[in-house]
Amino acid sequence: MPIVKISRAMKELQTGVTLTVTASDPSFKADVEAWVRKMNQKLTSFTDSDGIQIAVIEKVS
Amino acid sequence: MGDNITISQSELIALVNQLVDQKVNARLADVEASLKSIQGTVGTLSENCPEDRATLVVFSGEMDTLFAAFTIAVGAASMGMEVSMFFTFWGLTALRKDKTFSGKAVGEKMVAMMLPNGPHAVPTSRMNMAGMGPLFFKYLMAQRNIESLPNMITLAQELGIKMVACEMSMGVMGVTRAELLDDIDYGGVATYLGDAAKSKITLFV
Repeated sequence: MPIVKISRAMKELQTGVTLTVTASDPSFKADVEAWVRKMNQKLTSFTDSDGIQIAVIEKVS
Repeated sequence: MGDNITISQSELIALVNQLVDQKVNARLADVEASLKSIQGTVGTLSENCPEDRATLVVFSGEMDTLFAAFTIAVGAASMGMEVSMFFTFWGLTALRKDKTFSGKAVGEKMVAMMLPNGPHAVPTSRMNMAGMGPLFFKYLMAQRNIESLPNMITLAQELGIKMVACEMSMGVMGVTRAELLDDIDYGGVATYLGDAAKSKITLFV
């Protein structure tokens, strides 16, 4: 589950640092958007090329 | 009427100050009283306000239903929520690490014999096909890089999800603490209700 890995990785980061996540999970976009909203973080960018989805999340809090 | 009262400036100031103090004190008493009442209301509200918590009752004991329960629980924990899971009846299988027969009554031995050995050996709720279904689903899930049910349970423990085994159903089914995972809690319906009452999300799976 991508959000489990994101949640764990973000815990290790300092505020202001960004995390780049690549995933193939079809519900990744919806999940990562919901995750940043709930966790008060920032989705800096999201790209999808042929099912390879890349999310860049900034740790803001 | 017509009498002229002479008053010195300092006397006048003292008089005015006295009057102002009287008025201010009266107003302050009102404000203090309403502040006290507001504080009381806020206290009651925050006591009754749900925490950022999800509580799940896990009643069923099949691969697919347990997988759904653990996916939600692990997801909620990853979204910063406190999570409690209460395992009752067939759901206890998820916590089973061992099966023992010694020291059990005949009925309890029979139940132990019929129950799955643990989360690695549970049937599917549909398309079980005498045990072929779970094998097929395990294959499909592995192919899609999805965690297995036993891994999800380990993950739930790692994430600090509170897992509570229902003592009453353990009693009915003759399940002992030694047969269940270490580091879990034990409780009854009040334990569940206590957590559920403070939860934003509560589910019965």
